[in-house]
Amino acid sequence: MNPFTHNSPAAAPKAPSVLCRSLATLIRVLPLVAISLLLALGSAGCSKKSDDVIKVGEFASLTGKEATFGTSSHEGTLLAIEELNATGGVLGKKIELITEDNLSKAGESGTVVTKLIDRDGVVAILGEVASSRSLEAAPICQRSQIPMISPSSTNPKVTETGDYIFRVCFIDPFQGTVMANFASKTLKAKKVAVFTDVKSDYSKGLAKYFKEGFTEAGGEISAELDFNGGDKDFKAQLTAIKTAAPDAVFVPGYYTDVALICIQAKQLGLNVPLFGGDGWESDDLIKIGKEAVEGNYFSTHYHPEVSSPKSKQFVEAYKKRFKNQDGSPKAPDAMAALGYDSAIILAEAMKRAGTTEGAKVRDALAAMKDFEGATGKTNINEKRDATKPAVILQVKGGVFKYVETISP
Amino acid sequence: MQLGAKRWLIAAVLVAFGVSALSGYFNRYYLGIAIDVGISIILAVSLNLINGHTGQFSLGHAGFMAVGGFTAAKLTLELTPSVPAAAQPALFVGAMLAGGLVAALAGLAVGLPSLRLKGDYLAIVTLGFGEIIRVIFQTSPAFGAATGLTGIPKFTTLFWTWSAAALTVYVVASLVNSTYGRGFLCVHDDEVAAAAMGINPTRYKVTAFVTGAFFAGMAGALYAHHKQVLKPDGFDFMKSIDVVVMVILGGMGNTVGVILAAILLTVLPELLRGFADYRMIVYSLLIIGLMLLRPQGLFNLRRRESRSAAAN
Amino acid sequence: MDWLQQLINGLAQGSIYALIALGYTMVYGVLRFINFAHSDVLMLGAFAAFFLAPVVGTILPPQSYLGAFIIVIVSAAICAAIGILIERLAYRPLRNRPKLTVLITAIGVSLLIEFTCQHNAVFGARTRPFPRLIPEHNFHLGNIVIANHDVLVPIVTAALLALLWLVVQRTKIGMAMRAVAFNPQAAALMGVNINRVISFTFGLGSALAAIAGILYAMRAPGIEPLMGIQPGLRAFIAAVLGGIGNLPGAALGGLLLGLLETFAGGIPGISNYRDGIAFAILIFILLFRPAGLLGEVKTEKV
Repeated sequence: MNPFTHNSPAAAPKAPSVLCRSLATLIRVLPLVAISLLLALGSAGCSKKSDDVIKVGEFASLTGKEATFGTSSHEGTLLAIEELNATGGVLGKKIELITEDNLSKAGESGTVVTKLIDRDGVVAILGEVASSRSLEAAPICQRSQIPMISPSSTNPKVTETGDYIFRVCFIDPFQGTVMANFASKTLKAKKVAVFTDVKSDYSKGLAKYFKEGFTEAGGEISAELDFNGGDKDFKAQLTAIKTAAPDAVFVPGYYTDVALICIQAKQLGLNVPLFGGDGWESDDLIKIGKEAVEGNYFSTHYHPEVSSPKSKQFVEAYKKRFKNQDGSPKAPDAMAALGYDSAIILAEAMKRAGTTEGAKVRDALAAMKDFEGATGKTNINEKRDATKPAVILQVKGGVFKYVETISP
Repeated sequence: MQLGAKRWLIAAVLVAFGVSALSGYFNRYYLGIAIDVGISIILAVSLNLINGHTGQFSLGHAGFMAVGGFTAAKLTLELTPSVPAAAQPALFVGAMLAGGLVAALAGLAVGLPSLRLKGDYLAIVTLGFGEIIRVIFQTSPAFGAATGLTGIPKFTTLFWTWSAAALTVYVVASLVNSTYGRGFLCVHDDEVAAAAMGINPTRYKVTAFVTGAFFAGMAGALYAHHKQVLKPDGFDFMKSIDVVVMVILGGMGNTVGVILAAILLTVLPELLRGFADYRMIVYSLLIIGLMLLRPQGLFNLRRRESRSAAAN
Repeated sequence: MDWLQQLINGLAQGSIYALIALGYTMVYGVLRFINFAHSDVLMLGAFAAFFLAPVVGTILPPQSYLGAFIIVIVSAAICAAIGILIERLAYRPLRNRPKLTVLITAIGVSLLIEFTCQHNAVFGARTRPFPRLIPEHNFHLGNIVIANHDVLVPIVTAALLALLWLVVQRTKIGMAMRAVAFNPQAAALMGVNINRVISFTFGLGSALAAIAGILYAMRAPGIEPLMGIQPGLRAFIAAVLGGIGNLPGAALGGLLLGLLETFAGGIPGISNYRDGIAFAILIFILLFRPAGLLGEVKTEKV
C-alpha cells in the first residue's frame, strides 16, 4: 500500500465534470471574494490618528529560531519606553510602543513593518537584530519617509538603503578589523583558523573583514571551515582545524553555537584561544559552555566596568525589571543595551526636532553627536552608522573581564 | 467548459486590473497581503497539479520558488539600470518568465530522476532537491550567499500577481481538463493501468513537475519583487510544508478548494496577529482540528461526485 | 591520523542518527506513515532529563552512572507516555483515512509541540545548559582524543538495536507487530489487538527518541525547543536511505550518514555544503536502489 497515492474515497479521482463544476462554483464565488477583498482594502487609509500619544513601531524576532536575540533587544527597548513615559514622555505626550513579531522568518518583516506604518500609523520604526531582516524593512521605511533605527544590525548594507535608516551599533568592517588587530597584536597569533556560520550573513561579513585585516597585518589564515547555525555537532570541522595547528581560532558566531563549539574544541584537545564578535555576549555563553569557554575573547559594544554612570544605571534598572525563568534578576546583554539605546536616541531626536515629523526627526538623528546611552557615547556619522569604540572582553572565572578598548 | 474557464480568466484579470488601478487609495498593508494571497494561490494551485491531480508527492516546491525568485531578481538587478523606466514592466515580465523557465528546467532535473521513485521516497527526494537548491544559493557568492539578494526593485503589483494567479489557475485547469490532461488523472488513479492503456506515466509525471515548477518559479519572481529581499533561508522545507498544507486543506485535486485554502492560510496568520505569542499555537491546532474533522479538505465541494460522474 | 579521529566523530554522530531513525522506521513499518512529531519527542526527552537531573541529584551523588541510568529510564518512560498519547489523540481517529491526512496531522502535532514549548510559560526559546549526567573523561591515543560520550553512544545504540531486534523477532508482541505491519486486517482477524500493538510501537519508538535526545544533549549540552528538527530530518533521511520500515537498514543508514557528513565536514571548502551532502548522497543511492539499501523492492501487481 502506497501512502501517498492512496485510493480512498476522500482522495478520490476527480472526473473532468467535477472540475467543470468546480470552476463554475468559483465563478459564482469570485465576486464574493473580490467584494470582501475590496472592502478590506477600502477600510484602508482611515488609520486613526490619535493625538495624545506618539506611536513608535518595533519589529523583533520574539519567537522562532532567533527568539533569544529578539527578546533581549525588545526588553531593552521596552525598558527605555517605560522609563521615558514615567518621566513624562516626549514632547508632552506618552509613547506607545507597538511591537510586532516576525517569527525569525524571512519575508515576514516587510509585512509587519508595512502594517506598523500604514495601519497603526507609527512615526518611527525600531528594529532588528538580524541584518537580513532589517534589510527587509529598510526599503519600506525609506519609501514612507519614516525614520528607522536598527539597534544591532551590523551589516553595512542596512543603512546604505537610504537616508532614513540609522543604527546605534558599529558595523562589521570595524569589528572585523578590531579583531584582526587584536589577534596579531594582543594574542600575537601568526596563524589563525576561521570558523564561519554560513547561514548567517553577520558571521560571513565579520569573517571576511577579519581575514582582510589579519592578512594585511601579516598573519596567515591556516584553515577556513564552515558550520550551519543551529548545528550541534562541530567535531568534524574542529578536527580539521586542529590538524591545521593554528595559534587561535576566530569564531564569528552566536553564543548558542559558540558555547558548543568551545566545549567540543576542548574535548578534541584543541587548546588554543577562541575569539569572536559581539554575538558571543550573553550570560548563556558561560552557563552552557562552563569551563570550556574560559580564557576565550570577544569584542562587543560596552562593558559595565569601563562605562559611564548611565550604563550602570541601565544595568540596575534592567535587572530590576526583568527576571530569568528561575526568578533571578536577568543581566542585560549587548542586544538589550542596544535595544535600549535605539529607543532613547529616537526620543532624544524627537525632543531636539520638536516634532515627530519624519524628515525633521531624520535630520535630528543625522546630527546626533556624543549621545550618552547605555552602551557609551554614540556618534552618528555621515553614513548614518554609529561610530563608537569596541571593547574586548575575556571569559575569566565565570564572568566577562575587561581587556582593552579599541577606538575607531 | 473552455468558455467558462476563459470567461473566468478574463474576469479575474479585469478585477486585478481594476483593483490595481485603484491601489493608490488602498492601505499598503492590505495591499501587501492581497499580493501575498495571490502568490500563495499560484504556489498552491501549481503544487496541486503535482500532488493533487497527478498523485505524486513533492516536498520541494520552495526550491522551485527559490530558483525562479533568484533568477528573476538577479536579472532585474543587473538590467534595471540600463533599461528606461517605460520598458521596466516589460523587463519584469521577461524576468518573471525567465524565472519560470529556469525553475521549469529545475523541475525537469528533479522530475526525470525521481520517476523511479514513489510515495515516501519521492517525497524525501524532492525535499532533498529543495534543500540542495537552498544550500547552493546559500553558498554561491553570485547570489549573495547567506545575505541573499537585496535592493531588488519593487515591480510586483496587485495586477501582475492576480493576473499571474488567474493564468496559473486557467492553465492548470485547462491542462487537467483537456483530453491530454485526463492522463494526469489516470496516472493518479492507477499507474499500472494507465500504462496498460497506452498512457506513458513518465511523460505525465515530468509534464506535471515541469509545469508546476514553472509557476512556482513565477511565484518566486513575484515574491522577490514584492519583498525586495531574497534570503536562501526563507526557502527551507517549512516553506514547502506551508504550500503542501494549503493543497491538502483545500482538498487534493480540488482547484477551488485549494484557492480558498491558500487565501485562508495567508490571511489567517495576519488575523491572529493580535494573539502574538499564541498565534502559531492556534495555527497548528487549527491544522490538527481540520484534519480530524474535515480530512477531505476544508473546501471540498464534491459531495455528489460519483453520481454526476455517472451522469456524464 | 586525522581520518581515525573523524571516524570516531562520525560513528558517534551516526549512532545518534541511527537511534532516532529506528523510531521513524518502526512506526513506518507498522502504520505506513512518517511520524513528523518524532523529532519533537526527542526534544521532550532531553527536556525531561533536564528537569529530572536536579531531582535525581538530591538522592544520588551527581554525575553517577546509576543516576544517569535512572534519568534516562524515567525520561524514556515519560516520552513513551507522550508518544502513546499523541497517537491516541491525533493519529488513531485518522486510522482509516488517507495517509496524507495523517501526515499533515503529524506536521500539525510537530508544530504544536514546537510552538507550545517555545512559549515563555513552557520552556521558552532560550537555549538551556544541559546538566552533565556522567563524569567526563577523554582518552588519548597519540594525537587522537576520544571522549567517553563518543564511546558510550555507539555502545548504547548497538545494545538498543539488539534489544529491539529481540523484541520484534522473539516476543509475542513483536510477532504481533510484524503481523500488523504485514497486513493489519488479517492480523485483526487473527485476534491481534491492533490498537495495543500500535500504542506499544509508538511507546517504544518514543522511548528510543528520548534516549537519543539525551545522548544528543550530552554531546552538545545546549537544549532548546527546536533542537530536534535537524537530527530528526537527518534521521528521516537515514531511515529512507536504509529502506524505510527496515530496522537494520535504519541503523546502517544512520551510521553511513553520520560518517559521510563528518568526513565531508572536515574538508575545507566542502564543509559549507554539509547540509546538502546528506541529501545528495541519499538521492544518488535511491537512484540505484529505489527502495533504499536494505529495503525490499516490491513489484506492483495489477
